[in-house]
Amino acid sequence: MGNWIVNHGLDTFILVVWMGINIFLFVHFYLFYDLGPQFFYTRQLLGSALAWARAPAAVLNFNCMLILLPVCRNLLSLIRGSFVCCGRTMRKQLDKNLSFHKLVAYMIALMTAVHTVAHLLNVEWFINSRHGRYGFLAGNLSALEDDEDDHETFLNPVQSDSTTPTIFAFTTIAGLTGVVITLALILIITSSMEVIRRSYFEVFWYTHHLFIVFFAGLVFHGYGRIVRSQVTTDPPHNTTFCKDQPENWGKIPECPIPQFAGGFPQTWMWVIGPMVIYLCERLLRFVRYLQTVRYKKIVMHPSKVLELQLLKSGFKMDVGQYVFLNCPEISELEWHPFTMTSAPEEDFFTVHIRSAGDWTDRLIKMCWGPYYGIEKMGVDGPFGTASEDVFDYEVSMLVGAGIGVTPFASILKSIWYKFKDSNPKLRTRKIYFYWLCRETHAFEWFADLLQVLEKEMEERGMRDFLIYKLYLTGWDHTHAAQVMVNFDKDTDVITGLKQKTHYGRPNWDKEFEQVRHENPSVVLLMIKNLVSNYVYVTS
Amino acid sequence: MGKIEWAMWANEQALASGLIYLTGGIVGVAGQLKGWEYAAFGIAAGVFVCLLEYPRSKRAKGTNYERTGQYCFTVCVKAFGPLTSNYYVRAFLHAALCVPGGFMLATVLGCVCLGMASLIYLSAAIHGEHWQPIMPKSEPAKSVTQSIKHPPQNPPPRPPAEMRRKRAEDLESAAYVNPLPVTANE
Repeated sequence: MGNWIVNHGLDTFILVVWMGINIFLFVHFYLFYDLGPQFFYTRQLLGSALAWARAPAAVLNFNCMLILLPVCRNLLSLIRGSFVCCGRTMRKQLDKNLSFHKLVAYMIALMTAVHTVAHLLNVEWFINSRHGRYGFLAGNLSALEDDEDDHETFLNPVQSDSTTPTIFAFTTIAGLTGVVITLALILIITSSMEVIRRSYFEVFWYTHHLFIVFFAGLVFHGYGRIVRSQVTTDPPHNTTFCKDQPENWGKIPECPIPQFAGGFPQTWMWVIGPMVIYLCERLLRFVRYLQTVRYKKIVMHPSKVLELQLLKSGFKMDVGQYVFLNCPEISELEWHPFTMTSAPEEDFFTVHIRSAGDWTDRLIKMCWGPYYGIEKMGVDGPFGTASEDVFDYEVSMLVGAGIGVTPFASILKSIWYKFKDSNPKLRTRKIYFYWLCRETHAFEWFADLLQVLEKEMEERGMRDFLIYKLYLTGWDHTHAAQVMVNFDKDTDVITGLKQKTHYGRPNWDKEFEQVRHENPSVVLLMIKNLVSNYVYVTS
Repeated sequence: MGKIEWAMWANEQALASGLIYLTGGIVGVAGQLKGWEYAAFGIAAGVFVCLLEYPRSKRAKGTNYERTGQYCFTVCVKAFGPLTSNYYVRAFLHAALCVPGGFMLATVLGCVCLGMASLIYLSAAIHGEHWQPIMPKSEPAKSVTQSIKHPPQNPPPRPPAEMRRKRAEDLESAAYVNPLPVTANE
C-alpha cells in the first residue's frame, strides 16, 4: 500500500482535484442557468437545454485554458528547476505532461459533444418559439425586438420568421465559429489517434496546428452575445406576476416591458494567459534554434545508428534527460526528441539516432553519403526529470527494455566518471543492470559501451561493481544452435561480452531473491519500458 | 514507417464521421427537429459508414493494428470485392452519403466531416492505395529442419555384447561402474 501511494499518490491527487473542479464548474453553472431568476424568461423558450449548453461551456473554458500548458516544455523545465528542493515526486509529475494533455483533450471532446447537442435543440426551440408553437408567453417573448423608440430589447436571437436552423447557424458569429472550431477539433483528434501518430508523425504534427484556428474561433465564439439574461428595470418587472399577462406589458405599472442584455463574452479571459505563455514557448524554441550548435564528431555505427557529438555554449545537462533536434535541411518545422547518451561530466553531449522514420532516415543518409555533414542543427532542451537519485543508493537495480536502454548509457557513463573521480556524491557500490530486448540489432553501440566498462573495471580489479544481464526475448532455434556450439567460449557469442546472454524474460522473483541475498540493505529500482515511461518502485 | 498511407487517416476520419453523423441523426429524430427525415437518413448512413470503416486495411508497409473484433467485419467487407477495396468508389460513396446531411443543422457536422474523409480517400486513391483485408496468419507447420538437434537414427557403433559385458577378471577395463560387486558366473 505504501508503495502504491509513493508511485501513484500524486497522480491520483491531481486527477481528483482536476475532476473535482470540472464537476464543480458543471454543476455550478448548470444551477446558475437553470435556477437563476434572470433566465426565467429564457427558460420559457428553451427549458433545461439552456443550462445543458452553458454548463459544458464553463467546463470547456477551464479545459481550453489548461490544454496549452502541458505542452510548454520550456515552462515545465523552468518549474522543474525551481522545484529542485521539493522532492522528486513533484518533478516526476511534470514528465507526465502529455498524458495530462490527452486527458484534457478527451474532456474537451466530450463537453463539445454535449454543448453542441444542447445548442442544436436550442436553435430549433428558438425558431419554434418564434412561430408560436410553445404558447402565448413564448410567442410574446420571441416577438420582442431591439427597438430604441419602444424601449424594447430582444430575447430570442431568431428575429426572422423564415429562418432555419442551418441558416441561423451559418449567419451568426456563434454558429459559424462553432461549426468551424468543432470541425478543426475533429480533424485534430482523428489525426492524433495512436496509429496515425506513430506511423505518420508529420500528418499528426501539421494537422495539430489547426489548434490555432480552434483558439481563434473560440475567442470570438461568444462575441454575438446571443445568450440573453433579463436586466433589472425601473420600475422592476415581476416575472411571477407578469408572466401570465404578456398582453399587459408596458401598459400596467407592475409590468414594464422586460429588458434583456447579452452575456459578456468570457472565454478570452480564461485562455489569454496560456495563449501568451504558449507564444513565448514557441518564440523561445525559435531563439534556441538560432543558437549555434557545433559538431565535435559524427560516428556511423552498425545497424544504421548515427551518433552525433555536439557542442552548444551554455548547455548543461543531467543524466537521463533528452533534447529536441531540428534540421532545417530536412524539415523547417519538425523537432524530434532524442535521449542523450553522454554523461554530464563530458564537455559535449551525444545522441544516438536510429533509423525509425522519414526524418531519421534522411538524417542518416545525409551523414552517410558523399556529402558528409549537416549545415545547421537546432537543439532545444534539455528536458525531462533527471535520474540523479541513482547515485544516492548503495545498490541499484536498473532495468532497461528495448529503446528504453538509451538513458542508461548516460547513467552508466556518469557513474563510471564519478567513480573514477571519487566523487563524494556517488554512494553506489554495486549496480545490477538488466537489459531486455527482442534483438541486439541497432544496439551494438550499447554493447560496445558495456565492453569498455567491463574492461576498465577488470583493470581496476572491480569485476563486481557492475553486474549486467542481457535478456534476448526474440530468440529462435538458430540462436539456440549457435549458443550450443559456442558453449564453452569465454565471451558471449552474440555480444562479445564476458557475461553470457540469457534468453527469454527474466524470472523476477528469482532475481530479487538473489539481489536481496547478496545485499541485505534497501534497494532502488528503476524500470524503463519500451515507450520510455517511468515506473518507480522502492522495496 | 515512411511514406504516408492516406487511407489510414481517411479511415479514422470516416469512422469518426460515421459516429458524428449517427449522433446528429439521433438528436434530430429524438428531438423531433424540423427535417427529421434527413436525420433518419443520417442514422442509417452513419451506421453504414461505421460498419464499412471499422475493419482496418492491411498496410503496404509496417505493422498492422487491428481493431478489436474486426475479423467478422473484414469478411463482410471483403465479400464486396472491388466495390470496397477501390478507394475511388469509397470516396464517391462518402461524398454521396454526406449530401443529405447538409440539409439539416443536426447532421451538418456529420456531412462536413464525411466530406473531408471523402477528400482524404480521394487522395489515397490517387496515390494508388487500396483496401486489403487483414487475414489471420495461419500457423506454418513446424517443419523438422535438418539440424544438429535431429535425433540419431542408429545407435552408435559399439563392440558386441560379449566384449561390453564387465568381466570379473578385468574390472578396470570396463566401460561402466556397477553399484553391486561383480562376481563370476557360478
